[in-house]
Amino acid sequence: MQMETQTSAKDMTVEEATWIYTKMQEIRQFENAVHDIFAKGEIPGFVHLYAGEEAVAVGVCAHLTDRDSITSTHRGHGHCIAKGCDLNGMMAEIFGRATGLCRGKGGSMHIADVSKGMLGANGIVGAGLPLAIGAGLTAKVKKTKDVAVCFFGDGASNHGTFHEAVNMAAIWKLPVIFVCENNGFGEASTFEYAAAAERISDFAHVYKIAGDTVDGKDLTAVYDAAGKAVVRARNGEGPTIIECLTYRDYGHFEGDTQSYKDKKQQHRAVTEDDAILRFQDYVKKNKLLSEKEIKQVDERVKAAIKEAIRFSEESPFPDDKEVTTDVYVSY
Amino acid sequence: MTVKMSYSEAINDAIRLAMRKDENVILIGEDVAGGAEVDHLQDQGAWGGVFGVTKGIVEEFGRDRVIDTPIAESGYMGAAVSAAVTGLRPISELMFNDFIGSCLDEVMNQAAKFHYMFGGKAKVPLTIRTIDGAGFNAAAQHSQSLYALFTHIPGLKVAIPSNPYDMKGLLLSAIFDDDPVIVFEDKTLYGTKGEVGEGFYTIPFGKAEIKRSGKDLTIVGLGKQVNTALKAAALLEKKGFESEVIDPRTLSPLDEETIINSVKKTGRLIIVDEAYPRCSAATDIAAIVGDKAFDYLDAPIKRVTAPHAPVPFSPPLEKLYMPSPEKIIKAFSSMVGARVFSAV
Repeated sequence: MQMETQTSAKDMTVEEATWIYTKMQEIRQFENAVHDIFAKGEIPGFVHLYAGEEAVAVGVCAHLTDRDSITSTHRGHGHCIAKGCDLNGMMAEIFGRATGLCRGKGGSMHIADVSKGMLGANGIVGAGLPLAIGAGLTAKVKKTKDVAVCFFGDGASNHGTFHEAVNMAAIWKLPVIFVCENNGFGEASTFEYAAAAERISDFAHVYKIAGDTVDGKDLTAVYDAAGKAVVRARNGEGPTIIECLTYRDYGHFEGDTQSYKDKKQQHRAVTEDDAILRFQDYVKKNKLLSEKEIKQVDERVKAAIKEAIRFSEESPFPDDKEVTTDVYVSY
Repeated sequence: MTVKMSYSEAINDAIRLAMRKDENVILIGEDVAGGAEVDHLQDQGAWGGVFGVTKGIVEEFGRDRVIDTPIAESGYMGAAVSAAVTGLRPISELMFNDFIGSCLDEVMNQAAKFHYMFGGKAKVPLTIRTIDGAGFNAAAQHSQSLYALFTHIPGLKVAIPSNPYDMKGLLLSAIFDDDPVIVFEDKTLYGTKGEVGEGFYTIPFGKAEIKRSGKDLTIVGLGKQVNTALKAAALLEKKGFESEVIDPRTLSPLDEETIINSVKKTGRLIIVDEAYPRCSAATDIAAIVGDKAFDYLDAPIKRVTAPHAPVPFSPPLEKLYMPSPEKIIKAFSSMVGARVFSAV
């Protein structure tokens, strides 16, 4: 986002709270819409939804500008929206249309907008970690104040690239923030089963960098942790690991029966622990937004998503020649 | 103007010229300088790469642009990919091409895919330098020639320079190309000398060089096997046969036209490649010629390659493993009738 941000949520302005709440709603409504349309068979390919994890993407990206880079995952729609990607272009991409952000050649798992610092959703678990290091390296070599954020899942923390990337960021003191979305599951296996470590942030101690675990369902907790990490990174004080404990409301992919989930835990995640409901409470209690203003945002977002779907449905598929265009810049 | 230079010196010269020309060019890899943060070395490099190819570059450009990495190929190769996307022109050294197993994802799924997958909106101006080639008794994990692996993947360009002049020109083309390029450096060629152009020059990709002309046989040599092909051509000349020897210089893009035009003239084709024979560059070239110039062929296309086996360690075994002028002549004999060559 482009406005002045605060380091601590207690100093959050009305303008900023409105932006944050809008982005959270955009992600939720976008994903719910994709879920419904996918179920009707109108979206091709594989889709992984971000609903439930909104506080992480938005709480972090609130501190970033278009000059800052993020790397993402197969569950990337939320990161795209939080980083400012166009909703029409995103939806059209998921529909495989010529008007998509990647002209229909990437799809859900590869939405990117380099002009916004969004270096791409990525179909390979763990791939974003070294890529974030590269963006951090560019900032260091070019002596800019830009930062790079790597969003990754708890599953990727077991991947070699996590350790290679965190180690390199640490020895080179790169302006990189490793944001782990620990949603409790890597595909259909639990974090407790797949990881020997109790907390992913414990690796911060091993690699001698800053790190913490926060409630990833609490926008303000993520916002505060990311605010401090971004300041540290911009000041040349090196990388940070932020582990956000969160939950994915849908399955690993659309069509997943989710038989591995605990029903009570799922219920709690989408009710009392829901990130959007909790942020609504926060903005009301702190007199940042009224009930009426919240409803107005909800309606505006509803209209924007409706428009994105109309735009996508009415957009053409890519021209036949696109099969072999843009393989190379020149050949 | 030309100057006599080794293959290794040509690489060093090209990198320095590129780094002087564009401050976004960086060199990154394992011990490309060596000895980082060792007090008594200060800003001196310890190695300049495992074969000393990049020696002296850190002294000229400093450690901000000549970056020693941990031995973590996924990590630094992935970093080089997105450093390229975000504004640098990295030269990333993969010490031996055999190590690609540790970072294939970064090359195959990231670097090669971004431009296409993101609808043409991202560029990856990355150069990967890597060492290939058998002949040094380095055994099965340090001797392979894996260029076919990369030629297979759309989005990557592949250069296989066979001499110092081409190395400098192709490497400079690679560094200033906006696509990811992998340049193969045959380790047995590092010490070979040749005339190299002074100053900055580039050699375009997809332009083969006809090393000698002939009307009886076309021999396509890949990488250092161009030299084996030339030796075979000299022997054949003594027997009255004129060979045309072609160095494709890049495998992706491939100059099909020069090869096909030559075959149309000679009617016979031998491809010499020290890589494995299955799904290889030699097999690919044979298929292309079979498809596009079948009617001009007077004999079956022959491939003189390594066997379908890893590179052996023991020196006599490695010698048997490699293509040789004798193997080329034997192949030619089978194409024209063994009787002709009983004396060779």
